[in-house]
Amino acid sequence: MFKPKTKAQTTTLFAWALIAPAALVMFWVVVWPLYETFRLSFTDSTLGTLMGGAEYVGWENYEKAIGGRKFPSIVTRTFYWMFLSVGLKVVLGLIGATLLASNIRGRGIFRALVMPPWIVPIAIGCFGWLWLYNGHFGLLSNFAEMAGITDGPYSFLAYKQSAFYSAVVTDVWIGTPMVTLFFLAAMQGVPRDLYEAAYVDGASRWYRFRRITMPQIMPTVISMALLSAIWTFNSFEIIWILTEGGPRGATTTLIIDTFKTAIFSYKFGAGATRAVLVCILLGVFSLIYLTVLGWVGKKYGYAGVQK
Amino acid sequence: MMDKYSLLQKIGIYTSIALFITFMLLPFVEMFIASLRPLTHLFSRPEVPVGETMSFVDFMSRFWSDKMSFQAYRDMWVTVPQLPRYIFNSVFLATSVTFISLCFVIPAAYAYARFSFKGKSVSLTLFLAVNMFTGAVLLIPLYKLLRMYGLLNTYWAMIIPGVAFLIPQGIWLLKTFLEKIPYELEEAAFVDGASRLYTLRRVILPLAVPGLIVVGIAIFIGAYAQQFLFAITFNQNRDYMPLPAGIFEFIGYQTVLWNEMMAASLVGVLPVLFIFLFMQKHLIAGLTSGAVKE
Repeated sequence: MFKPKTKAQTTTLFAWALIAPAALVMFWVVVWPLYETFRLSFTDSTLGTLMGGAEYVGWENYEKAIGGRKFPSIVTRTFYWMFLSVGLKVVLGLIGATLLASNIRGRGIFRALVMPPWIVPIAIGCFGWLWLYNGHFGLLSNFAEMAGITDGPYSFLAYKQSAFYSAVVTDVWIGTPMVTLFFLAAMQGVPRDLYEAAYVDGASRWYRFRRITMPQIMPTVISMALLSAIWTFNSFEIIWILTEGGPRGATTTLIIDTFKTAIFSYKFGAGATRAVLVCILLGVFSLIYLTVLGWVGKKYGYAGVQK
Repeated sequence: MMDKYSLLQKIGIYTSIALFITFMLLPFVEMFIASLRPLTHLFSRPEVPVGETMSFVDFMSRFWSDKMSFQAYRDMWVTVPQLPRYIFNSVFLATSVTFISLCFVIPAAYAYARFSFKGKSVSLTLFLAVNMFTGAVLLIPLYKLLRMYGLLNTYWAMIIPGVAFLIPQGIWLLKTFLEKIPYELEEAAFVDGASRLYTLRRVILPLAVPGLIVVGIAIFIGAYAQQFLFAITFNQNRDYMPLPAGIFEFIGYQTVLWNEMMAASLVGVLPVLFIFLFMQKHLIAGLTSGAVKE
């Protein structure tokens, strides 16, 4: 048996013993499925051959997926969806956190009132939006009519453009509270003496926000933005419940396309190919993001991404 | 002095907060109004005479009537007799995921927070990378995996993926909390002859309670909010359905009982919202004291 000789070795052994259970779960439920997805992506697996017996077809699935007529527009749409939605979440999160951090009466209640979209099951929040977006009976359409913006019922989810932006709004709605909460916590952790010193020197509120708050909470902003980007990229339930990817594919992102191909058409091989493409695109995006930020961080002296 | 606002600033802050909260609560308001309206009224739409513009009265008449009642809140239990079960399942699944995840998260987070060892940063990065593969990407092999172990259509079909995808986040959050606990306390325990596991259990854990609450809440909400996908793909058994999947039973072949569906949605999330209301102070305090900030 391996006997630890030095203290460092004992520590390493003990540390790994503590991590092992979590690592095993990861291996079982994430790593193996990941490998299996990769393998399936080279087969023609369908419902009948899922448990074995599928033929290997080489790069055929990839050629078909990438060569598909709709593929470029789906990828562009997915990234546009991600950038737009995450950008809005971060901006709204910053505004929200600043408001909720201000020293006013009733802020405890306000903080609690902002959280429900995060806590409530995503599917249930989407029912509310489904009804809001309804052209005939929804509040939004009727309000727009009263305000004279439209002159009749307007079904937000029936037209390509408005369906896409409606889905973005709902996604932002669901994602903002958590971002707000983490930004708020980060803001409260900024040492007060920094503000006091700046205040004594006559710095304005805006200047204090820009030069103290922002740099101090930057690590949180950076890591939340990345996490949020990954979640938004893979955001499934919202689009599925609101539009199922329609109308005419206007809200079909990569993850919706993957689900449709795999689960709805039972083309597991072709679906797995899309899943692999999702992982590759996200991996490349995360690498670029971290590299660029590492570089910016060095240049401007931000603390960088927290580990 | 620094925190004093002028009247104008105060008005600005309150208005902005009001707008922000309106955005956050609008769908719930819509759901509540819809739940109060009888189906006939829900689908009636008094038209504005041609040539006239819609007035506020017209607007109100589309959303308000004398016939509004809480009838849907009574009828929904009859339409879908399993409803209490669905509400219970949702909370039960999220609670199970939380406690099982914590069993894996606590030791791992402790190791990352306390020791420097071979493969530390690599394995930590790998854990964080797991975030990239949400359930939706790995649905097919997960289905296969669960089928292989005969776990489809059980609670486990929804608990296992939930646990796996929430562990990395939990480790990431808890690690920052544990790092704040002074090392001297552990050393003192060591000197007194305590074993490492004993120290973890008796010295670290009690001190980490605020952190554990935060991580627990975060995992619970993650598990509670995202049950839908796993429920519709891995489970066909109605007895194990969580609320977001079970609620689809209000969509019948002939009619959709929208008002009852909205009522059931609102009532179904009430227990969790209520608990959260009590916990949210701890959540913000805990997040501020430990995690996030470096």
